[in-house]
Amino acid sequence: MLADVLIVLVKVVLTLIWTLLLALFLTWVERKESAVLQDRIGANRASVFGLRVFGLFQPFADAIKMLFKEDFAPSFSQRFLHWLAPAMSFFFVAVTMVAVPFGDAVRLFGRRIPLQVVDLNAALLFMLAMLSLGIYGILIGGWASRSRFALIGSLRGAAQLISYEVALGISLVGLIMVFPSLRLSKIVEFQGGMLFGFLPKWGIFLQPLGFAVFFLAGLAETKRTPFDMPEGESEIIGFYTEYGGLKFGLFMFTDFLEVILLSALATTLFFGGWQVPWLGAGGFVFPWGGNLKFAPWAVTVLQVLSFNLKVFFFCWLQILFRWTYPRFRYDQVMDFGWKVLVPLGVVNILATGLILAAR
Amino acid sequence: MAWAVFLILSFLCIGSVAAMILSRNQAHNALFLVLSFSSLGGLFGLLDAPFAAAVQVLVYAGAIMVLFLFAIMMFNLRGELPVRVKKTRLAFTVGLGTILLAELLLAGRKLVLGSPGAASAAGGDTARLGHFLFSDYLYAFEITSLLILAALVGALALAGKREGS
Repeated sequence: MLADVLIVLVKVVLTLIWTLLLALFLTWVERKESAVLQDRIGANRASVFGLRVFGLFQPFADAIKMLFKEDFAPSFSQRFLHWLAPAMSFFFVAVTMVAVPFGDAVRLFGRRIPLQVVDLNAALLFMLAMLSLGIYGILIGGWASRSRFALIGSLRGAAQLISYEVALGISLVGLIMVFPSLRLSKIVEFQGGMLFGFLPKWGIFLQPLGFAVFFLAGLAETKRTPFDMPEGESEIIGFYTEYGGLKFGLFMFTDFLEVILLSALATTLFFGGWQVPWLGAGGFVFPWGGNLKFAPWAVTVLQVLSFNLKVFFFCWLQILFRWTYPRFRYDQVMDFGWKVLVPLGVVNILATGLILAAR
Repeated sequence: MAWAVFLILSFLCIGSVAAMILSRNQAHNALFLVLSFSSLGGLFGLLDAPFAAAVQVLVYAGAIMVLFLFAIMMFNLRGELPVRVKKTRLAFTVGLGTILLAELLLAGRKLVLGSPGAASAAGGDTARLGHFLFSDYLYAFEITSLLILAALVGALALAGKREGS
């Protein structure tokens, strides 16, 4: 009993550390990637004992700066809600990481320990539910500030997020029809199978249209540049106009957590999670014959590495998106969500149903 | 352990509903309602019904209340109702509330006295729940969706008329 609690506690802490470190690292990646895209050098001055390492210490310098800024709240704001909004925003995104499987189960001291904090029965729905609660952070933040620009930003944000949540939900229905369960561990396990004997049974091969709709709707959910209606630095300042210091930092951090979450979801649902193509419990078994034996611990390491690589790739891709595309107009965002993504999602459901029925 | 969680969640649920009724600020009302819906979702989860729990949070707390709050923040209603209207409304509220309470007690009597095992047998599994919805309870399901559609059309008609005149 005590050991079980301890194991869960350790897993929670490790997951949180992984998420926060990756988010910190992403702020650096964002600076560097945008710099390279714009033919600049980017942040490279932060150093520890003269050691610069391409400005890799910049995120820590930023974090320290934000921590020591004055905790400011305007006199006309609603104090409690003003304080609550960034915390809510952060919490509901961070808590979803609990359901993400980082790898297969490992055996330690005669126990079977899955590399996943909790294996929820309806994990997919749990994640969507927590994401939908995240909207309150934006909505309350803008409203409690009692500022016109903040309110415009939060209303825009709420309308956009709730519209794209519909598309996101619909894009996942086809996936649920193909996969045997809503449990993320089962979903990843299922993707270890083979299609036509050589293609890994990943969601992307079973649901290509579903993935397109999912990823685009997910990009809108992260509310970053092509879809940054709630912020729009050059139009309105956004729902965090009246925020500063660590509270603003939490909002900004939440953005990066959402990027990680979308990457983790795309990896888990469509790209086989921790699966490595043709890697089974005993090692590689190639479809063209021949195999490569591996010890169990090496297999586990490879699987966790594969999950991390895929997540990094999608984080990189999203940052690339952000610095490549200009912002949409508000009506374009709404049209794209309701008139393109939702119908495409419905077509995907119908096609999936037809194929499943014909088989 | 489960008892402690149950107690916390039920007090949170009931307390936030009471706070919602007592509070004067509409936005606070909506937020208290969100809290009560969320804790209700937690209670469902405690009853081994993860699907119902997730949907409760996703639909009620996550979607419907967002729209409520959206409307409240957008229109920023301030005006109080005249006292005469308030009194008639109070009478209506008390009457309808009493009837609803009686109905709930009548309907719940069997549930409280009966065994709880039958209800939880199918509650947990999402696939079986879906199967039930589209086979045994198909008519109830379809009639409910028709009702929601009718309400939607009605709301659109009401809103559209004001725009045209």
